[in-house]
Amino acid sequence: MQNAVPLSWYLILSAILFGLGVAGFIYRRNIITVFMSIELMLNAVNLSFIAFSYALKRVDGHIFSFFVMVVAAAEAAVGLAIILTVFKNRETLMIDDVSSMKY
Amino acid sequence: MNLWLIPIFPFLGFLLNGLFGRRLPKALINTFAIGSVTLSFLWVVKTLFALSPLETKYIEHYFTWIQSGSLNIGVDFSVDRLTAVMLLVVTGVGTLIHIYAAGYMDHEGGYYRFFSYLNLFMFFMLVLVLAQNFLLLFVGWEGVGLCSYLLIGFYFLEQFATNAGNKAFIVNRVGDFGFSLAIFLIFRQFGSLDFSRVFDSAKSMPNETSAGILTTICLLLLVGATGKSAQIPLFVWLPDAMAGPTPVSALIHAATMVTAGVYMTTRSAALFTHSPIAMETVAVIGLATAVFAAIIGLTQNDIKKVFAYSTVSQLGYMFVGVGVGAFSAGIFHLMTHAFFKALLFLGAGAVIHGLHGEQDLRHMGGLFKYMKITAITLFCAGLAIAGIPFTSGAASKDLILEAAYHYAPWIYWVGTLTAGLTAFYVWRALFLCFFGEYRGHAHPHESPAVMWAPLAVLAVLSLGGGFINVPNFLEPLYPLHEETEPALVRYLPFAMGFGGIALAYVCYVARPGIADAFTNALSGLYKLFDQIYDAVIVRPLIGLSRAVLWKGVDAGVIDGTVNGIGARSRGIGAILRLLQSGYIRSYAAWVVLGSVLVLIAIGFAGEVR
Repeated sequence: MQNAVPLSWYLILSAILFGLGVAGFIYRRNIITVFMSIELMLNAVNLSFIAFSYALKRVDGHIFSFFVMVVAAAEAAVGLAIILTVFKNRETLMIDDVSSMKY
Repeated sequence: MNLWLIPIFPFLGFLLNGLFGRRLPKALINTFAIGSVTLSFLWVVKTLFALSPLETKYIEHYFTWIQSGSLNIGVDFSVDRLTAVMLLVVTGVGTLIHIYAAGYMDHEGGYYRFFSYLNLFMFFMLVLVLAQNFLLLFVGWEGVGLCSYLLIGFYFLEQFATNAGNKAFIVNRVGDFGFSLAIFLIFRQFGSLDFSRVFDSAKSMPNETSAGILTTICLLLLVGATGKSAQIPLFVWLPDAMAGPTPVSALIHAATMVTAGVYMTTRSAALFTHSPIAMETVAVIGLATAVFAAIIGLTQNDIKKVFAYSTVSQLGYMFVGVGVGAFSAGIFHLMTHAFFKALLFLGAGAVIHGLHGEQDLRHMGGLFKYMKITAITLFCAGLAIAGIPFTSGAASKDLILEAAYHYAPWIYWVGTLTAGLTAFYVWRALFLCFFGEYRGHAHPHESPAVMWAPLAVLAVLSLGGGFINVPNFLEPLYPLHEETEPALVRYLPFAMGFGGIALAYVCYVARPGIADAFTNALSGLYKLFDQIYDAVIVRPLIGLSRAVLWKGVDAGVIDGTVNGIGARSRGIGAILRLLQSGYIRSYAAWVVLGSVLVLIAIGFAGEVR
């Protein structure tokens, strides 16, 4: 444990990944990229869960990250189905073009 | 003992006929309506046999209805001797009238509707009688008022019937307002609405020689009673209530519902006896009503109106009885009155039925030879209400008048005079109806057996009901005062009864025409009363409602609040909806902004716990 990576490094990495995810979500227009950004954010959170779990010697974080993975998998299935349908109907993957649900 | 079964039978009848009656054959509707009430009657009899001799009160608790702070109201039914008398009267007379109604309403539309209302009425009346606390009594009280309204306005295509229904309902609201104030005061004073607890704690309170809390409560209860039992000043609705079908007049507006005020006052005897002022008010109001209604009754030409005013007048007698402290005599008169007045109304209904809807006495006459059974039964009722010795009416009215004599002789004298008037105007109606020459154009016929059979039963009860010694039965609850009075006091009411009948015979059979001049002089009285009401209450109320309640409170405050909330919501929404741009990336930006704000807020507020 002497040369172990400090907890803060994990957290900084997690924060960077999360920030990248947020930026990608906001700035990219391709819906597939947006989707990947969401996954990135989820996994950034998973990383901090695991890091805390390891540092605190408690199992809770592991369980949480499993939950997150399960939800992410389900969400990916539904999300990809939606993307496919949108593409079939609109022939576009640019999310700014899919903006008819508004005031 | 399952007391709850008593009211639940009519309620089931109401549900069956009310929900499915439209599609059911008449025979089935009859079975439900009459059967349910009969079952209820039989259950009452069985219960009373099982509970006899009923020395103490029998209480059944079902569940807690309202529990809030110190307010605890249970759905409790109880039976004591007073309730026993009321139960027998309500279900017994009710059953007879249901049977009669099957014949009377045979040709009418809305057959199932009529019987479902009638059953609902029985349900509420039984709840009223069985209730063990003031609030449950009030539920029954309002329920019978509702049914009364529905049944008065039964012929709702006729304007006068709906008007009469509205009048009854609105006049009763005035009384109910007083009653509900009384209930609030009782709770404030005694911390409970349960009869046993209220009356027990009232017993330990001193008598109030000057106006105090008990007097206030009693006077407010009296306001409620005057509304429901048609006493001055709230009696105006009862004569109009005759717009309903005749069985309704007999059941609700003569035998049972209108006596609820007397029952409630008697039930609250423990409060009233502690307030001599309230007692005197009850007696005076009762006496004034008895005299006044009897005088108006002299001038009426509609056979049902005559009996309606006599109901008001007889209710006045009951209030006199209660007011002078003869509670058991009041209840005794309530019972005998239920017999002979139900009979009078049902008989009048049979006459009207036989004449195809004719109600005007001037178009009757000489009907004796066409409808002998109806005539004979009606004469029995006439003898009873006139107070001829050995009939039921004589026994009970005499007790009231004797008690009045010991309370204040002047009440006795006025009451006795009114007894003469009663005999006169009831027999006037009977003579006009059955004697002389027939003056109408219809073809009179006798009623079917389903109608005259209840009449016969009631006739027997009217004659013999006086031998049921109700005051003795109620002795444990309302002690009797054994006092003696001069023979004159005892026998004068009988003489007045005979005198009234004889006078009616002279005026309307032997020498017709004497009465006309007299009649014209008095017919203005009733109109006068309605006009006073119009000027003092109706007009100011309409003006006030228009100016303040409608324009000010309703349009200004209530509508203003409601519309204002709507307009503000629209305004805010018009701005907020711009956020919904349809661009997913802008939503995401808002989410990020929001979470950043939350983090900042947490940072300012300190660490997260």
